[in-house]
Amino acid sequence: MTNSPQPEPAALLHIDWTRCDGRGLCTELLPELLARDEWGYPLARTGSAAGSAAERSDIAIPPALRGAAADAVALCPRQALKLTSR
Amino acid sequence: MDAALWAFGRGTGVVSLVALTVTVLLGILTRSGRPLPGLPRFSITLVHRNVALVACAFVVLHVVLLFFDSFAQLTVLDFVVPFFGSFLPFWQGLGTVAVDLLIAIIVTALLRNRLGLRTFRVVHWLTYALWPIALAHAIGNGTDGTSVWFLWLAGLSTLAVLAAVAWRVSARFVEFRSVRTGQLS
Repeated sequence: MTNSPQPEPAALLHIDWTRCDGRGLCTELLPELLARDEWGYPLARTGSAAGSAAERSDIAIPPALRGAAADAVALCPRQALKLTSR
Repeated sequence: MDAALWAFGRGTGVVSLVALTVTVLLGILTRSGRPLPGLPRFSITLVHRNVALVACAFVVLHVVLLFFDSFAQLTVLDFVVPFFGSFLPFWQGLGTVAVDLLIAIIVTALLRNRLGLRTFRVVHWLTYALWPIALAHAIGNGTDGTSVWFLWLAGLSTLAVLAAVAWRVSARFVEFRSVRTGQLS
């Protein structure tokens, strides 16, 4: 959709904050991308801590981590994760 | 042959109960959001699922082997409709009730990501009924149900599950509880 000169990552991991309960499964499966905040909720490692809501809710997934992201989606106990594409 | 079927029927029943107990304990544990020593959170979920499937396999063996057993005299009806058995119909019927609950819980668990969280959770809560019903079936119907070793096994399993449930409903259950309850100034 965007016309950025950089090649866009194929997949985005969308976090539904109305469902997320910070159980920590996704942060274990995607430690390269997600840290936990002080309440245990997932926090994107990329971007600033005060990043936009879009940056915190849609995390770019590099191809190498597609499998781990799919596992996180399948195993999330709150069904708060979804793989989307830009 | 009859003796072998009877022995397998009893053995698979006991293994089913042990596997179900481990499943219940892991299910309560994974709900807390905490890892186990040496077992990360997603592994607890996966082991919970896999032990549950092992339990189901043994329940299937238990039911099918006893179907061909001449002592138990099961009919196809007894697989799904409780309390029509020829031998100890009440206690055998509890086993049928447990199988029916197990089918509902497994099917909704396998379809969890399609059904949505609420349907899955309401049905999954039936496990709290399934486990004591299965235990009562084992004690009341089992040939070894009232033998000393089995009552020890049943007692220790009950203690473990009760302790897990007590922890589950206590205030200290959820991870990050201290921050999440919040010391608002």
